[in-house]
Amino acid sequence: MPGNFIPVNYLPIVIFIAIALAFGGVTLLLGTLLRPRRIYKAKLTPYESGNIPFSDARAPFPLRYYIIAMIFVIFDIETVFLYPWAVVYDKIGLYGLVEMTLFISVLLVGYIYAWKKGALEWD
Amino acid sequence: MIQTALNLIVVLVTIGVVMAVVLLHVAYLTYFERKILGWMQDRMGPMEVGYHGLLQPIADGLKLFFKEDIVPAQANKIIFTLAPILVLVPALIGFAVVPFGRDSIHLFGLTFRPYVTDLNIGILYILAFASIGAYGVLLGGWASNNKYSLLGGLRSAAQVISYELSLGLAIVGVLLMAGSLSLVKITEAQNGGALHWFILPQFVAFVIYLISAVAETNRLPFDLPEAESELVAGFFTEYSGMRFAFFFLAEYANMILVSCIATILFLGGWHAPFEALSFIPPILWFAGKVYFFLFFYIWIRGTLPRLRYDQLMMFGWKVMIPLALANILVTSVVLFFIRG
Repeated sequence: MPGNFIPVNYLPIVIFIAIALAFGGVTLLLGTLLRPRRIYKAKLTPYESGNIPFSDARAPFPLRYYIIAMIFVIFDIETVFLYPWAVVYDKIGLYGLVEMTLFISVLLVGYIYAWKKGALEWD
Repeated sequence: MIQTALNLIVVLVTIGVVMAVVLLHVAYLTYFERKILGWMQDRMGPMEVGYHGLLQPIADGLKLFFKEDIVPAQANKIIFTLAPILVLVPALIGFAVVPFGRDSIHLFGLTFRPYVTDLNIGILYILAFASIGAYGVLLGGWASNNKYSLLGGLRSAAQVISYELSLGLAIVGVLLMAGSLSLVKITEAQNGGALHWFILPQFVAFVIYLISAVAETNRLPFDLPEAESELVAGFFTEYSGMRFAFFFLAEYANMILVSCIATILFLGGWHAPFEALSFIPPILWFAGKVYFFLFFYIWIRGTLPRLRYDQLMMFGWKVMIPLALANILVTSVVLFFIRG
């Protein structure tokens, strides 16, 4: 009965999210009423260990992070595929084992390729 | 209608209790971290506020609450404000699916279960929300418009996604054995004493999980996103007052959450190790195991030096992920022959 099964179990999650959000919001709002607010220019500059800030902080960052993020997406999808497989594994037996071995092997080829290409290096 | 209202009251009370317990533990985890680190370094730790410094977390909390909240002039105001909440909320709501004990409590004709809700996708739910926390860190670091923050945020995001893979893959081994994603069912699958706990057949997964969990929560020796000696405070360099407290709170809540999951997945949750010891309430077993993991966290912080960033990424991608994949293959093959 997926129709009435899901909402009953997920409703507490929604309530929990609402309460956690309210906890954060109320604490911040209450704080604004109580805490001091004495700002001046030097206080509002970015912290650079006491030096006067130079150049913009929004500088270009190494491409490595982007490559790692792309490889992550591929492997994360693999992980998501493995979860339902693992849950029903004792029902699908040999078929499931062979299928998943093939699936992992295909990804392993990509993994070795990324390794050889130096995408996992960090220097 | 009355039944619905009563159910709502039960849910609200359970959520309130869970949140209160988690926040209290977060507060005293900071205290015990300072105490234990102090003892390890032959110091006393906090001693001034209250008996042996026992009121220190309350004093710290009040101080942060009354501190001025500085928003840097060049910061992106909206994202800067929202990022701490985006980190805090996922860290708290993960506890919704954690079964803390075995027995429901009956009070005033209402039944309070030892968990907020039992999702059939429990572990996936926790992982999904844990990923959202990484956005908060990245956005907070970027919105600060500070070089340290940006670098800290980037490092943190790259580290968290790298180790999330090995963490997620390590869990698959447990799922193969338990045949369910629900944390309640995974706990029940380890019934019958310490020999049935998944730590024995899944020891490799346990080690991978433990290391990845430390990296996930940005703790030493993997605390490069906030490496004090080079990045000041990493992604929350510009944060002060309550917003700073939220990042702190989220980090410690996440520590408790990964300890809870480690307990459930590998140490049998609330199960007693021997039948003879089952007179001790299940909830105490659960707490004891979680405290062990929390002590372990503080212990390695007091013992190990920080890694270099390239070592960290290399280790995650070239050691942990192949190891986790091999564990899945070996587990599935062995299970196939055992189950026939």
